[in-house]
Parts: sequence; C-alpha cells; structure tokens
Amino acid sequence: MHALIQGVILGVLTGGVYALMASGQTLIFGIMKVVNLAQGALVILAAYLAYQLFTSFGIDPFLSIPVTTVVMFALGVVVQLLFLRPLRPADRAELSLLVTFAVALLLEGVMSVTWSTTRRSINTGYANGSWTVFGYQVTVVRFWAFVLSLAALGLLYLLLDRTRFGRAVRATVQNPDSARLLGVEAERVSAFGFGLGAATAAAAGSVYGLLYPFNSGSHYDLISRLLSIVVLGGLGSVGGAVVAALIVSTSSAIVAATVSPAWSEMTFFVILIAVLLVRPQGLFGKVGRGAI
Amino acid sequence: MTGAVRGAVLFGALIATPLVGLQHWALNLLVFVLMFAVMSSAWNLIGGFAGYPSLGHAAFFGMGAYTLGLLCKYQHVTTGYEPFLWLPVVGLVAALIGWPIAAIAMRTRKDVFAIVTITLLFVVQTLAFNLRGITGGAQGLALPIPPFPAATYEEPFYYVLVGLLAVAMLLTVGVMRSKVGLALAAVRADEDKARGIGVRTTGVKVLAFSVSVGLTAMVGGVWAYYESFIYPQFAVDPLITIAIVLMTFLGGRATLWGPVLGALVLEAGQQYLAYRLGGSQFYLIAYALVFLLIMLLLPRGIVPTVADRLRRRRARSTRVAPAVEGRTA
Repeated sequence: MHALIQGVILGVLTGGVYALMASGQTLIFGIMKVVNLAQGALVILAAYLAYQLFTSFGIDPFLSIPVTTVVMFALGVVVQLLFLRPLRPADRAELSLLVTFAVALLLEGVMSVTWSTTRRSINTGYANGSWTVFGYQVTVVRFWAFVLSLAALGLLYLLLDRTRFGRAVRATVQNPDSARLLGVEAERVSAFGFGLGAATAAAAGSVYGLLYPFNSGSHYDLISRLLSIVVLGGLGSVGGAVVAALIVSTSSAIVAATVSPAWSEMTFFVILIAVLLVRPQGLFGKVGRGAI
Repeated sequence: MTGAVRGAVLFGALIATPLVGLQHWALNLLVFVLMFAVMSSAWNLIGGFAGYPSLGHAAFFGMGAYTLGLLCKYQHVTTGYEPFLWLPVVGLVAALIGWPIAAIAMRTRKDVFAIVTITLLFVVQTLAFNLRGITGGAQGLALPIPPFPAATYEEPFYYVLVGLLAVAMLLTVGVMRSKVGLALAAVRADEDKARGIGVRTTGVKVLAFSVSVGLTAMVGGVWAYYESFIYPQFAVDPLITIAIVLMTFLGGRATLWGPVLGALVLEAGQQYLAYRLGGSQFYLIAYALVFLLIMLLLPRGIVPTVADRLRRRRARSTRVAPAVEGRTA
C-alpha cells in the first residue's frame, strides 16, 4: 500500500511535466493537423540549453526558463516556416509526419555533435533534497517541477482564453475555413502556434533536465509517451492532454512501483490500444473533425 | 519496353551479377540494397498504395530477426540452408501479429495509425531489451554461424533476397492490376466515400498491412542470419523505418519501380556517407537533411516526376505530328 501511494504521488508530480510537453504537441495538432514527432527532440534540446546555461554561467534552470522559452519559440517558428509551410496542402498531413520525424533526427544529430552522447544531468544544490510528508518521500525538484508546470499551463490557458491571438487560435482549431473567412491569418497563427508548442517544450525541457539524466537519444523515450498522452486526451484538446498526462503518468508509476520498472514502459502502449478500442477519438476529442 | 521485358532484364541482371566475380564489399552492398528494395516495396503496399504511412516497420523487421533467431535456437538447425526454409513461418508470425494491430490502429484516421505504429516501434525495442529470458536483452542473441565458404559467403543471402524481391514486385504488380489495388487507391483518395459506395476498406487495408509487415519480417530474418548475432538497438532501429520510407518517397510512392530505384540510390549513397563520415553523428545530420530536401523538393518521387515529363514530351510530339499532316493534306 505504501509503495502504491508513493507511486501515485510520484506519478502525479511527473504527470504535470508531461502535461506541459503534451499540451504544446496537441496545440500544434489542433491548429495545423500536424502530428509533431519532433516535440520530444525539442524538449531534450531545451534541457541541453538549460544544462549549458547552468554549467557555463551558473544560472539556475528554473530561472533560465524565460531565456530558453524565447529561443525555442523562435526555433519553432523557423521550423514551421522552413519545413512545414512549403508542403502542399493536399498531402500536408501525411508529409508533415515524415518531415517532423526528419526534424527530430536532425536535432538529435546536432545535439550529439554538440554535446556528445554522454548522459548529462543538471546537478543543482537542491537536486537530491527531499521532504518527508506523512512518511512519503517528495523530492524538492519534483515538487517545484510540478508547481512550475502548473504555472506554465495556467499562462498558456490565459493566453488562449484572454488574448486576440488565443481567440484566433481557438477559432482555427474549431473550424479553419470559417476562421480564414473571418479574417484570421492562417499562416501567422500556424507559425505562432508552432512557436508556442516549442515554447512549452522549452519550459518542460528545463524541468526534465533537472529530473532525469538525458542524452540526445532520450527523445525516443519521450515521443511514444507524448503521443499516447495526446491520443488519450483527444488530438487537439489541451485540457484533455493535461488529464491524460496525469492518468498515464500515474498508472505507469503504479506499474513501476508494484510490478516492475521494466514493464512501466509498456503501460503507455497498453493504454493507447485500450483507448483506440473503446473510445477512438480520445477522452475529450471530437468525432469526425479532420477525419480521413 | 513492356513491363514483363523490363522485369526479365532486371532479374536476369540480378541473377547474373555474382557470376562475374564481384569483390566482397560490392556483393555486401548489393545484399543491403536488395534488403531495402524488398522492404521499401513492401512498405509501398500500405504506405504508397493505401496512403497509410506506417512508421513502425522497423518493429516488424526486428520481430522477424528475433523470430528466426529463436526458431534456429529451438529447432536444432542442421544445415546451412535450413534457416531460409523457415522464412515463410517468420513472415506468417509477423503478419499474424500485425493483423490485430492494424485492425485497431486503422479504425480512426491516418495520424492515429502513424502514432500507433511509431509507438509500437519503441515498445518492441523496449521489449527486446527487457525480455532477457527470450531475447538475451542487451547481450544479444546468437544465430547459427552460416557454414558457407568464405569465397562465396554472400551469395546464398543474395539469391534468397532476389527471390524475395521477385515476390514483392509480383505482389505489387498483382495489386496494381487487381480490384484490391483499386480499393486501396480509393482508400487513399477518399476513404469515407469509398466506404460509402461499398468498398471493403477495412479488409483491404488490414490485408495490405499484414502482407507488408510479413515481407518486412522475412527480410529481418535474412538480415539476422547474415549478421549471425543480433542486438536490440540494431534489430529494432528507427533509422530502418526512416530509410524504408525515404527510399519509397525518393523513388515514387504507389509505383512498381520507385521503391527499387530509391533503395539502389539511397543505400549506395548511405554506405558512401557512412564510409566518408565514419559512422559519426554527422551521418545522422546528413541523412536528416537529405530526407528534408527530398520531402520539400521532390515530394512525388523520381518515377512519377520523370514519367510525367516523358508523357508531356510525347504528348507534345504527337500533337505536332497530326497538325503537320493536316496542313499538307
């Protein structure tokens, strides 16, 4: 029982970080109908940036987030303009999968060359600190990671809910054609949307670097988890992604605590298959939108 | 030149090539070109004709490799050629595993299919590492060492792969000329409408996927025996998926010759790159850049683009000829 509850605590705290990564990915899908296979690589790249700022200048990863976010936002816009915009609309959905896969490999190659493939971790003074609450361990880093993720998600919510840009994004998600007719500039929304997706990856990446050791190949571990989460939440639904991240992360932490860590990797896939069998559109997805 | 003649020329050349006494490196390169030609042709069945881009074919390549490895381990292989005889079983196993996965993954839309297949790829890799009792985990799995004479070591693998390529290309021709191909084209163009007018979309999609992954697994089996020792990170490698997809795109999707041409160009180019860049990480960057360039500059592939050019030129010359006749008459 103790192991189980400890697993749940761990799962919920980690789930917050995954929620942040997945929200960016599902946002990109919602706006452009692009499944961004490079999201994991963007997260790892942000983790490296935070690592570099910490080791070279001693800037705390939590404090460097504004910097990495801006850099990654710009990178996201560049990726959209260079690689995704030129695709013909007819086969954009199909080609974008392969193009973002290629971008992921490109980033992996660049990261391997820049930082080698040695596993890195960001060792701050508080990296190993932990509190004991009612007999359960809560590590300091994981707690703040969770808080930060919630804050970033809150900001994202405000941005989408309260600003003109957010309204344009929501209009595009709901109905791209009507949005265009009403004067929403699709290309600009797409570019900003991809940038925003990369920016959430940046915030999540700094935290990821604090939580786990990583190398350039780590994005492979991330991508299948993120994809399972966005499918479970319903492709395009940011709220769904948050709920799904908590579900998936908690259940895999429980499996790791009660069965074995080796099988917790499988949890994602089992959940994915189960979702597709029972509710193919995901928990909060709409039926038919963007269907083949 | 008709299709049959073109095919006869290709396979005549393929059968004759080892007889001229090639160096080992050249024959080794051809073995890999053939492996990717078969797998790209197989991928083309589902990714090209049906327009369902599978990103998980490397998982089935790996399954094939491990299935053959395990069959050899438990069946007490007696002769050097016996592992080849088990290849149909390897293909069948993969097709049977692929069937339910396809049936579930293809229920919604193409994005979800791509997501399920790429997730499958990483799950299978994790399993290959974690199921130590069966796969040997990171220690790898040994196959019997092929007892072929060193001088002609590559030849048995080469000819088996030529046979598999013939199967893959005949299947492709069969698809192109049959109702199945028509149904797949309808799925690619507009699946909802196709289902509406009574095309059995689910059936043909799942069939195409199963045949496709079955062939891919058989290549995995040949590869495993050729290498005679397999490790999870090489048997289930995302780069294999990427290579297969890229070759099909470069040559031309939904064509007979595109995947074969793509495999020839890219595998040769890849070995050259690996040789020049020494397998370093620059190799990954170069590969990704080539991929992006092909997607952006030549999204339809070589064969359809060239065919279009030729057709336009022929159309122009035939249009001119009658006009001239008309004027003289």
